[in-house]
Amino acid sequence: MKSGTTFIQGNEAIAQGALYAGLQFFAGYPITPSTEIAEILSEKLPKLGRKFLQMEDEISSMCAIIGASLTGLKVMTATSGPGFSLKQEAIGYAVMAEVPSVVVNVQRGGPSTGIPTGVAQGDVMQARWGTHGDHSIITLTASNLQDVFLMTIEAFNLAETYRTPVILLFDEVVAHMREKVKIPEPGKINVVERLHTSVPEGTNFHPYLTREDGRLPMSDFGGVHRYNVTGLVHDMWGFPSNDPKVAYDLLHHLVDKIENKADLLARYKEYYTEDAEILLISFGSAARTALHMVEQRRQRGLKVGLLELQTLWPFPRQLVRRMCEGKTHVLVVEMNMGQVCQEVRKAVIRPEKIYLANRFDGASISPADILNVLNMIRGKGV
Amino acid sequence: MAVKDYMRERFLPHIWCAGCGHGIIMGNMIRAIDQLNLKKNDIVVVSGIGCSSRMPGYLDFHTMHTIHGRALAFAMGVKMGQPELNVIVPMGDGDALAIGGNHLIHAARRNVDLTAIIMNNSIYGMTGGQYSPLTPTGKKATTAVYGTDSKPFDVVALARGAGATFVARTTTYHVKEMIDIIKAAILHKGFSVVEIMSQCPTYYGRKNKLGGAVEIMETFQEKTVKLGSKKAEASPELIQRGIFVQEIQPEYVESYQALTAALQKTARKGNGLGGGHHG
Repeated sequence: MKSGTTFIQGNEAIAQGALYAGLQFFAGYPITPSTEIAEILSEKLPKLGRKFLQMEDEISSMCAIIGASLTGLKVMTATSGPGFSLKQEAIGYAVMAEVPSVVVNVQRGGPSTGIPTGVAQGDVMQARWGTHGDHSIITLTASNLQDVFLMTIEAFNLAETYRTPVILLFDEVVAHMREKVKIPEPGKINVVERLHTSVPEGTNFHPYLTREDGRLPMSDFGGVHRYNVTGLVHDMWGFPSNDPKVAYDLLHHLVDKIENKADLLARYKEYYTEDAEILLISFGSAARTALHMVEQRRQRGLKVGLLELQTLWPFPRQLVRRMCEGKTHVLVVEMNMGQVCQEVRKAVIRPEKIYLANRFDGASISPADILNVLNMIRGKGV
Repeated sequence: MAVKDYMRERFLPHIWCAGCGHGIIMGNMIRAIDQLNLKKNDIVVVSGIGCSSRMPGYLDFHTMHTIHGRALAFAMGVKMGQPELNVIVPMGDGDALAIGGNHLIHAARRNVDLTAIIMNNSIYGMTGGQYSPLTPTGKKATTAVYGTDSKPFDVVALARGAGATFVARTTTYHVKEMIDIIKAAILHKGFSVVEIMSQCPTYYGRKNKLGGAVEIMETFQEKTVKLGSKKAEASPELIQRGIFVQEIQPEYVESYQALTAALQKTARKGNGLGGGHHG
């Protein structure tokens, strides 16, 4: 990977971000619109002495990266809606067994095969609740390719820090457009390495005994500590248990380690929010349209601003509540039937003040789509 | 070392029913590993879900109990991640041949150096006795009350056809043969498939009125025959045991490592490969 300024496609920005973060193992299966990630990495990884694997299906791709992660490697897979559905059971395993892993979902229209080449943001809730059972998960997104590059690095850092799968939830427009991306020299951006246990050989290593600071140091398969990993509810040894106390503590640990850090994990950008009376909340490529609309209206004196969410899960409730306070109107701009809008409504004191400007027909949302809703709620007519 | 020195006594007793064949297989797998003088730290055991798949938890190796049918896919990642490790994958018949069938044929096609131990007790035991793709035609199960409606896979033929470079079959009755076969399978460089006919007196035996563990194991003696023996020629209706395929073919991870080494060597020479189309 070379540093410097490049003009690349979104899927390549993801690949470059992953390589910068130290990706060592990728397994995947072809699917539109994420396939370029696998294509690019199939060329680059072997040249770096790292590993690329095209598996027989989406499920096995997710399983393979979990296996490789336990040998100490930084791992990633990439997919789109139907593949994301198929990976969910194994994503749940990575949640339960606390295996650092990064899963890219370049969203397309759904449900089912949907519109494979159309843009959509309909997988927000699937990213959160796609796998069964109570759990928590981190999901990041971005609207421009510099941020795609940065958020991909961030995904690896958070996966390693919190020992969790991290979902990179991009969309077809962001993945397929081309834009300038500056790739910094190695070391310019912080890259988190895996925390290994300091327990020496011959001393009992408890693979699932959380440290006082909440972290869980790892030992690689093949190392001096031999332990068990399972998707069953397990004790500090990694051994299955039906004890309600063990189950209660484990589920609390899995949820709390992420939900209690929601403020710390909130990544976002503000545009023209300082004096804004009207606030737009958006993410991904919809945020590009929202920003365009904000800048157009600002020229006409309308005090409108934009909050662009980059962390979708855990949902940044405190931030959203604070930002919505005192605004005359809040408009959530997204390309689905209101998945983030519902979360915003849950977060604020007056949910009836939250409106939705959306599209879910496979076409990009336009500034006029947003303006029409804004005019309606401001009583200006369409 | 003694068998118990390879076990995590903390996690015993095991969950298997009295008379279950899986303990015999676990014991013999340990004996095979012991006789090969393999180091515990060099062994990873990866399983899926089912009675058989609870085995790794009891073993003092690097162990991974994963999700139903996908053990070979997880194992693929482990082997690619740390190629020097010995990766053994115990699976049940439903785990390996129904939900996991796709991964089995693709691991065979790639000839990746994993040892797949298929513990075939002809039934889904963990869920209470439903028929599997290895339940013989007409036999009964809780979901085949009137007898199974289809014929089972022949694991040996399937593995051979998919490209496995080591294929063997044995039974829980033939313990010395089992140890030798597991040893050969572990030593084999490439994808090894070992089908071990095992007994489930609790469900398969009871549903089909086959008697207890001893009676079922005696049928393994009566209804099987050593591959290549005169008896095998004389009685083609008997199930053959032994090593059916043992050949050396390029192994997936070694081939991949050779590719990366060659690419890095070329890149160091600076002939332009370092830049590349996406550079």
